[in-house]
This record gives sequence, structure tokens and C-alpha cells, in this order.
Amino acid sequence: MNFLRSLLAILTKDVITELRTREMLSSMLVFALLTVLIFSFALDLRAATAQQTAPGVLWVTVAFAGSLGLSRSMAQEEQNRCFDGMLLAPMDRSTIYLGKAIGNFFFITLVEAVVLPVFAVLFNLPVFRAGVLLTLLLGTAGYAGVGTLFATMAVNTRAREVMLPILLLPAAVPVLMAAVRATGGFLEALPIADVAYWLRLLVVYDVIIVTVSTMLFDFVVEE
Amino acid sequence: MSRSRNWEPLLAGLAALMVALALLMVFLYAPRERTMGDVQRIFYFHVSAAWVGFFAFFVTMLASIAYLIRRERRWDVLALSSAEVGTLFITMVLITGSLWARPVWNTWWTWEPRLTISAIQWLIYLAYFMLRGAMEEPGRRARFAAVYGIIAFITVPLSFMAIRWWRTIHPDILNPNAPGAQGGFSITPRMLHTLLFSIATFTVLYLVLLRARIRLEKMSDRVAYLRQRLLIR
Repeated sequence: MNFLRSLLAILTKDVITELRTREMLSSMLVFALLTVLIFSFALDLRAATAQQTAPGVLWVTVAFAGSLGLSRSMAQEEQNRCFDGMLLAPMDRSTIYLGKAIGNFFFITLVEAVVLPVFAVLFNLPVFRAGVLLTLLLGTAGYAGVGTLFATMAVNTRAREVMLPILLLPAAVPVLMAAVRATGGFLEALPIADVAYWLRLLVVYDVIIVTVSTMLFDFVVEE
Repeated sequence: MSRSRNWEPLLAGLAALMVALALLMVFLYAPRERTMGDVQRIFYFHVSAAWVGFFAFFVTMLASIAYLIRRERRWDVLALSSAEVGTLFITMVLITGSLWARPVWNTWWTWEPRLTISAIQWLIYLAYFMLRGAMEEPGRRARFAAVYGIIAFITVPLSFMAIRWWRTIHPDILNPNAPGAQGGFSITPRMLHTLLFSIATFTVLYLVLLRARIRLEKMSDRVAYLRQRLLIR
């Protein structure tokens, strides 16, 4: 019970901060919309090719905007040494990790909720299918899970925000590949058996990464 | 330290001998592959380097775990040294892979699963070194590097699965010698001997380089320590 209360406290804190500053959401949103727009010019997506390239465009957008938001979310904690305050609070360190990760997951999902309709309009694709939405949730969970841990490390290095994408992208290769494939499969309305591999890979990645990150977070924030 | 000096030249000598022998085996003992010709001989060192590259990364992960448990500098030194030597071998994989791909597949680069995973592994190594380079405080550097070493290594097999499935929806994971594999060829006993010997050679070579790299790191620690003492005086 105590665990859930602490978790909720961290989440509420993040949501309230975000509502007041709108720093993270606004930058992620504008960036995501720009990325989609630039892709639609750069690739000149016609109906014939859209179906093949759209999943990639969607996930590159999510990955870039997500990494922007993740570093912002941790950099905020460093201001006025908020993070030290959180560490002093009487709760388990893994709660802090899970709280921050769920918060990041929530914010990235919000951005996706706004980008997706724009995406549907620009690319003329039926993205509002249960499968696509499920893939988005699973992929975002893994990405935010590993991203929160790496962002905590990145803000404590000299390179700060620049460090995060370098650390995150190679480690996120399985999520991005599986998510792109699953999204593509659902867009083409393939039978579920053909997409199941990718969904399973996403679930496996999410479970492993979140478990290991929860265990390792202690080592990152000690001192 | 004094005991290690005794076996170190021995191991280095063994490595030199084995490399020479392996070269002879590759060029004289192993038969000429029928369709690919002599180019196929690059296969022996290519595969051996890939094995060592992967193994080195595995050692880095184990050393990282040991460091987080024990907090001893030597585990951090081992993790760093193994990663550096591993990078060397992965670089070799990428170069020999390109050299082999050019005449056989008529392209320098192809998104073949094993080549792709080597490229991703190479990028992870680079990120690992950049992370280390971005911190001054040794304790934090060792901790962060260990955390990254563990997580990044876990993602490698997952990446490999994803890359394998990328081309075909119904993969043939359990049978890597499936005829569908690009550039596949059937292996003869002599080829197998050569391959196994090359792998053994590269493993010994890895140990020699690892040992040398660890000694280098220890020396630089010693220099830093001496400099500190001089400054205090």
C-alpha cells in the first residue's frame, strides 16, 4: 500500500509540474508534429507507398520526440536539486524509478494521442485499430522504461542531454524493430498469427527491461 | 603481479604460433570452396572474430555485475579492457564481412542478420566508451558504465531475434544452416577443423590483448597515484 501511495505521489507531482510549466509536453508535441510533417515532404508519401513507410515514420517520430521528453523530465529534477529531495523521501529507490517511468510513459502516450490523428490525416491510413494502439502502448512502455534509466545517467554526465540518444537508440533497437513490424502488420490487416511474434518480442523486452532497470536504478542514484 | 609476468610472454608466444598455424591451415589445409572460390577463406577469421567480439561483450557484462556487487576497481578495469578489445574484433568482423560480401553478394553491405547485429554491437560499444568519457569521477564512471554494460548486453540477443525475423515472417531459427540463408555453403570436415582452430586462436589472442590492456590500465592508475603523491609533497 505504501508503495502504491509513493508511486502515486511521484506521478501526481510530475503531472502537476507539467500542467504548470507545460515544458515537456509542448516541446515533445511540436517536435513530433514537425517530424511527421518533414517526413511527409521528404518521402513524398503517396497512397501506394504510404503503407510500407508509415510505420517507420511513426516510430522514428515517437523515438525522437520520446528521447527529447525523457531528457527534459530528468533535467527538470536536477533543477533546484529536486532529485536529491526525492531521494531523501522515505521510500524505496525502485519506487522512484517506477514512478518516473510511468510518468514518462504517460506523457509520451499523450503525445502519441495527438500525433496519431494528424498522422491518419496526412497519410490517409486507418491507424485507429486496436492492434496499432496496443503496439503503441507496448512499444512506448519498453522505450520509456529503458529511457528513464538512461536519462537518469545522462543528466549526471558532462554531455548531459546529448548523451541520451547515443545510449538509448542502440539499446532500443529491438523495441523499434518489433514495433515497426507489428504496426505495419496491423495496418495491412495481416492475420494475428503473423504479427504475434513481434508482439511477443515487445512483451518480453518490456518485462526484462523494466525488471532489470528497477534492480539497477539503485546503483545509478546512490551517493 | 610477478607471477603473471611469467606466463604472459608464454601466452603471447602461444598466440603468435597459433596465428601462424591458423594462417597455414586457412590457406593450405582448408579446401577451396566450389562456388565462391578463395574468397571464402576469409570466413574462418571472420567467424572467429565475431565469436570473440561477442564473448568479450559477455565478459564485460559479467565484470560489470561483479563490480556492482564487489565495488573493486579490478572488475571495472576488466569490463573496460574487455570492451575495448571486443571493439577491435567487432571492427574486424565488419571489415572482413564487407570484403567477403563484395565479391559474393555483389555489394559492400547487406542487412544480413549476423552482420547487422555486429554493427549494432559496435554502436553499443561506442556508446559505452562515450558514456565513460563523459564523467570524471571514477566511482560514478564505473557504476554507470557497469549499468550500461549490463542492460546493453541484454538487448543484444533480443536485437538479434528481431533482425532474424525481419525478412521472413516464419523464421527458421533452430536451423542456421537452412538452405535459404544467404551465401550458405556446406561445410566439409577440413573446413570445420580450420574453423575450430581459428576460433581457438582468436580466443587466445583475445586473452593476450586483454591481459596487456589490463596491465596498461593498472600502470595508468599507478602513474595517477604517484603524481598525486608528488603533488602532496
